[in-house]
Order: sequence, then structure tokens, then C-alpha cells
Amino acid sequence: MVNKTKDFWVFVETNEDGTAKNVGIELLTPGRELADAQGGRLAAVVIGCNTDAAVSEANRHGADQIIVVDSEEYRKYTTDAYTIALVSLVEKYGPLSMMIGATNNGRDLGPRVACRLQTGLTADCTALAIDEATGKVAWTRPAFGGNLMATILCPEHYPQIGTVRPGVFKKGEETEEKAEIIREEIHVSADQIRTQVLEILKDMDDEKVDLENAEIIVSGGRGVGGPEGFEPVRALAKVLGATVGSSRAAVDAGWISHAHQVGQTGKTVAPKLYIACGISGAIQHQAGMSGSDCIVAINKDPDAPIFDIADYGIVGNLFEVLPILTEEIRKARA
Amino acid sequence: MKMLVCVKQVPDTTEIKIDPVKNTLIREGVPSILNPFDSYALEAAARIKDKDPSSTITVICMGPEQAKAVLKESLAIAADKAYLISGREFGGSDTLCTSYILSEAIKEIEKTEGKFDIILCGKQAIDGDTAQVGPEIAEHLGYPQVTYGLEAFVEDGMVKVKKEVEDGAEIIGIQTPCVLTFTKPSFDPRFPTIRRKMAANKANIPVLAFTDLPDIDPEKIGLKHSPTHVKKTFVPQKKTGGIKIQEETAEESAKKLFTLLSEAHVI
Ligand SMILES: Cc1cc2nc3c(=O)[nH]c(=O)nc-3n(C[C@H](O)[C@H](O)[C@H](O)COP(=O)(O)OP(=O)(O)OC[C@H]3O[C@@H](n4cnc5c(N)ncnc54)[C@H](O)[C@@H]3O)c2cc1C
Ligand SMILES: Cc1cc2nc3c(=O)[nH]c(=O)nc-3n(C[C@H](O)[C@H](O)[C@H](O)COP(=O)(O)OP(=O)(O)OC[C@H]3O[C@@H](n4cnc5c(N)ncnc54)[C@H](O)[C@@H]3O)c2cc1C
Repeated sequence: MVNKTKDFWVFVETNEDGTAKNVGIELLTPGRELADAQGGRLAAVVIGCNTDAAVSEANRHGADQIIVVDSEEYRKYTTDAYTIALVSLVEKYGPLSMMIGATNNGRDLGPRVACRLQTGLTADCTALAIDEATGKVAWTRPAFGGNLMATILCPEHYPQIGTVRPGVFKKGEETEEKAEIIREEIHVSADQIRTQVLEILKDMDDEKVDLENAEIIVSGGRGVGGPEGFEPVRALAKVLGATVGSSRAAVDAGWISHAHQVGQTGKTVAPKLYIACGISGAIQHQAGMSGSDCIVAINKDPDAPIFDIADYGIVGNLFEVLPILTEEIRKARA
Repeated sequence: MKMLVCVKQVPDTTEIKIDPVKNTLIREGVPSILNPFDSYALEAAARIKDKDPSSTITVICMGPEQAKAVLKESLAIAADKAYLISGREFGGSDTLCTSYILSEAIKEIEKTEGKFDIILCGKQAIDGDTAQVGPEIAEHLGYPQVTYGLEAFVEDGMVKVKKEVEDGAEIIGIQTPCVLTFTKPSFDPRFPTIRRKMAANKANIPVLAFTDLPDIDPEKIGLKHSPTHVKKTFVPQKKTGGIKIQEETAEESAKKLFTLLSEAHVI
């Protein structure tokens, strides 16, 4: 495809209630800089149903233009409907570059869209810049389970697209609403959507595990010793309003469901605060949480690798430390 | 059901060490393994076949001659037939080109094996880590997809997938032919039996080279035609300057942590 503009697009994924997923708004922050560097506008692309809240949030976070596709068939994400909508927008407007939040849906949609447009896609980026030599977007991403970082260019195909990990960038300060809002009617018929949700199964412990949007996560690993060992972890999470995470070892042992797993084969998270309890810090675990703003480790082994990336580390027994920490926080918040 | 599973041979990334002087990955001596996510895809196919023994499982891998090892392993675990896709022309392909080659190979294999109903992939390969090849194969073939699958089954003539979502799982019905990608389920994939292992060792694995794919467009494969280029790689820097707390008692440590976190305004 040929680009028609120098614009930088941010795909803003919506929830079923029409609000924006955090990552879409977060990406407007680097989007501003990259759009300016490219010499184009920053556009937010909002697809969903009853999306006024998402449109207004994007407007308050610096978008110059907002392109909205709003109708019932987009209430719940489907690969087929979203690919049709996003591809037809790209074909119509021809942006130079586009970012998509690397949520489950974003990573389902990105490759589908890039392939239909026959362009390149860089996966799960954690840093963005403009390459000085070529003026192209330099997408930086972890590979090999977080052991290696790669900087990738898409020099001759348009748009240049990347999925970008949630939580890496922060939402900017709210500003005055100034965006030009364009509404596009793109309809997808029922027979173009080839998948169908038949049943919704709640997690086994019946709590919503939204690790990707959590501000605080308290995780337990093999060091908690058993399913009941998660109790002090949950108690701390409760006073902090945090989500409970876990290492793979605890999931494999059957102490907690896979939905809680953080790491290469689980969720990638970037909360403000990540508290790892009885987790050694294997590279595959780090791959999912090293982007957290503040990492606290509680481990009885002073040489555990988790301490290499922790901002604060307690060498000690989690069963002694956690109840006291929980109590201190409870008192302070009472 | 006729099923095809895409498997990749990958370095065991848990065994990768960093050269502290050159600051690069040391790949020598790192064992090559069947990508773990592909073993979940293979297990999902095997479970469909358990219920309907008339099903068939074909596995394909693109890679060098030595990648036959993962095809043999797949044959030993559950597959009936295996093909290696191999050739210098394919080298350096990014995900768009890799998925194109795989989709062309699938079409070629269908000429002898018949049309596949389900194509199964791992969610991601643990080396490239992009999770893009599965959906891109689906797009090249024009098939629907479900990603993040945990299990798949056939019920009332329909393919159904248990898909992992943020707050649990969903059962998705999907039209065939389709592409499904798999993440880690709660069960372990099966091990090969001795008998299957011996048979797999003797199996003849056909190799499809560039010239065996008459319909492939040479302008859409290899390093030269890949839209993305790796400009540079580097080893991530370790964070330093963390504070270690190790007071006389656990109580003192916990209280100190609380004070530090409060002062830093993280809680
Ligand atoms: C392909 C692949 C993918 C993987 N994906 C993931 C993934 O997504 N997520 C993941 O987490 N792992 C993943 N792993 C597994 C990973 O390599 C580690 O095995 C796993 O993270 C270890 O979990 P852990 O830290 O809980 O257990 P361990 O490594 O056993 O560590 C337990 C820790 O608890 C400490 N401890 C014990 N008792 C106490 C106590 N009372 N108080 C305080 N500390 C205590 C110990 O000192 C130890 O450091 C993957 C592995 C592979 C090969
Ligand atoms: C450091 C580094 C970073 C890279 N980053 C990017 C990037 O951002 N974008 C990009 O387009 N390319 C990228 N590449 C190139 C990419 O790794 C290759 O194209 C690779 O062949 C396929 O990608 P993957 O390993 O990520 O596979 P994934 O997309 O993660 O694999 C998903 C599934 O597809 C199937 N599959 C994948 N490869 C094969 C195979 N060879 N044979 C059979 N089945 C297979 C398996 O079922 C696998 O589980 C990168 C390469 C390197 C070395």
C-alpha cells in the first residue's frame, strides 16, 4: 500500500460498555511525539459500540483527529468484523504508521490486518523512536523470552505497524478537546463473522482476573507452598485493592488457575507496583513483569534472581512478612 | 477431521546464557526443542483424534534438515504424517513471509492429502515470540481464526474452541476450514510411547523445497522481500540500585518496607 498522509494512528480498543481500554489512551502519549517527528497528525481510531466515553477520553489526551466506527456489530470484539473495519479505514485514509495495544485482542487483530494490507508488523513493542538514518519508526521489542531486545524497521511497506505492550507508556495529562471527529459507517453482515461465542465460562475462583489493567499486583510463587499459602497473598492484595498474580510453578502445581499466571506463557503486566512473594524470578517470569514501575520481592533466598530487578527486596519468610505488611497498610488506611 | 499442525524447532530459551563481554546471546550448545506451544497444539489435535479415530494429523515444519527432529518427535507423540519445508530461498523470512510460505506449503500438501479442516498452531514460538504466524496463515488462506485456545473439540458437527480470556474462558464456535492457535492448557501434553518412538525414527519425512512449490511467488519470500528488518539486537540492561531489606526480624523488615513504600508514594 502507499501512504497518503504522514499521520500516525493509534487504535483505541474499547470495552463492551464503550469505554476505552487503558492501553489505547496510553499510546497517545508516544503517539504525539512520533506524529510530530513524522510531521503528521495524531489520529485515534475508535471502533466499538456506544463509544462516546472512549472518543471523549481520546479527545482529552491529545488526538488531533478521531475516526470513529460505532455500531452494534462491534460491541464485542471479533477478528472478522474488526479486521474489515480497520483495513477499510487504512485503505481510505492511508496513514504512515499505526500502533495497536498488545492486548489479547490487539495481538489477534494486528497480524490479521497487517497481512491483509501486505505490510510488516512488529510484535509487542516496549520502546519506540524514529530512526535517524531513515526517518522510519524504530520499534523495539523483547524476543527469546526477554533475553534479547531487537529494534525493527519496516522501511518500504505502509503503514508501518506495531503492537505495543500495555503499561509501558503512561496516560498523558488531560488537555483541551480539539480533535476533528470523523464518523465512518462500516457495516459487517452476520455471515461475514465466522466465529460465535457459545458459552462464557467464569474463572474457577470466580473472580475477575484483569491483570493487564491492574495498578497493583501481588503475586505468589512456589514459595507459598500450597493453595492455602495464597491466603496471605490475597489478604495483602485485598487491602491494596490489588489483583492476585502467580508464577507458572504455582499454576502447574494446581494451586491457582492459569488466568493468574504472569510471564512468557501467561500475562504480560506493567502495574505501578508488583509484589512478588516466594517467586525466584526466572527469566520467563521476568518477561511478563519487568516493565512494572516498582517491583518488591519477598524471598528467603538472598541470591534469588528476582532481587536483581527488585526496587525493594525483603530477604525473609513471606508467611512472617506478609501479615505484618498487610496490617501496617490496613492501619494506615483506616 | 483432517488436521494439520505447524511446529517449529526452537532453542530452549531457558538455557540461553549471555556473553558478558560481547553482550550477546550464546547460542552454541543450547539444545533445540519442539516449541512448547506447538506441543499444546499437537495435544489439542490428538484429543480430537482420541474421540474420532478416523481423524488424521499431519505436521509441518519450516527449517533446516535438523528440524526433522521435531517432526519425528511429533510423529512419536501423535502425528500420522510429517513434511519438512526447507530451502535457502526461505531464509530470513519475517512473519509475513514465513506465514505465506507455510500457507503455500499447506495448499501444496493438500494436493496429496486432501483439504484440511483445522490448522493448529502454537500461540507463539519461544524464540521469535511474535505470535503472528498463526493469524497470518489464516489470513493468507482466507480462513477464520481463534487465538489463545486451550482445548478444541467437535460437537454437533461444529468445531468448538475453549479460548482463554481476561476473566476466564469462552467457548467459541468456528466455521471450518479454520486456524486455531493454542496457549498453555491446565493439562500436560502426552508423552510418546516406545512403539510410536521407534516407528517415528524410521519414518520417511518428505522435504518440500522451493521448487516443489510451483505456485509460490518468489517476490514474497525470504529476507529480501520481508517488510520488517531487524536493525539491531542487544541484551536488556539489568536494573540496578534496588534496596535490600534484611532487618533482625521479619516484623522490622516488613515495617521498614512499609515506610519506604509510603515515602516513595507507591502505596
Ligand atoms: C517455555 C517456558 C515458559 C515459561 N513461562 C513461564 C511464565 O509464563 N511464568 C512463570 O512464572 N514461569 C514460566 N516458566 C517457568 C519458569 O522457568 C520457572 O520455572 C518458574 O517461574 C518458577 O516459579 P517460582 O519462582 O514460583 O518457583 P521457584 O523457582 O521454585 O521459586 C520459589 C522461590 O520461593 C522462595 N521461597 C520458598 N519458601 C519461601 C518462603 N516461605 N518465604 C519466602 N520465599 C520463599 C524460594 O527461595 C524460591 O526463590 C516457563 C518456563 C518455560 C521453559
Ligand atoms: C529478535 C527477532 C525479532 C523478530 N521480530 C519480528 C517482528 O517483530 N515481526 C516480524 O514479522 N518478524 C520478526 N522476526 C522474524 C520472525 O521471528 C520469523 O519470521 C519467524 O520465522 C517466525 O516468527 P516467530 O518465531 O515469532 O513465530 P510465532 O508467530 O510466534 O509462531 C506462532 C506459531 O506459528 C507456527 N510457526 C512459526 N514458525 C514456524 C515454522 N518455521 N515452521 C512451522 N510452524 C511455524 C508455530 O505453530 C508457532 O507456534 C524477528 C526475528 C528475530 C530474530
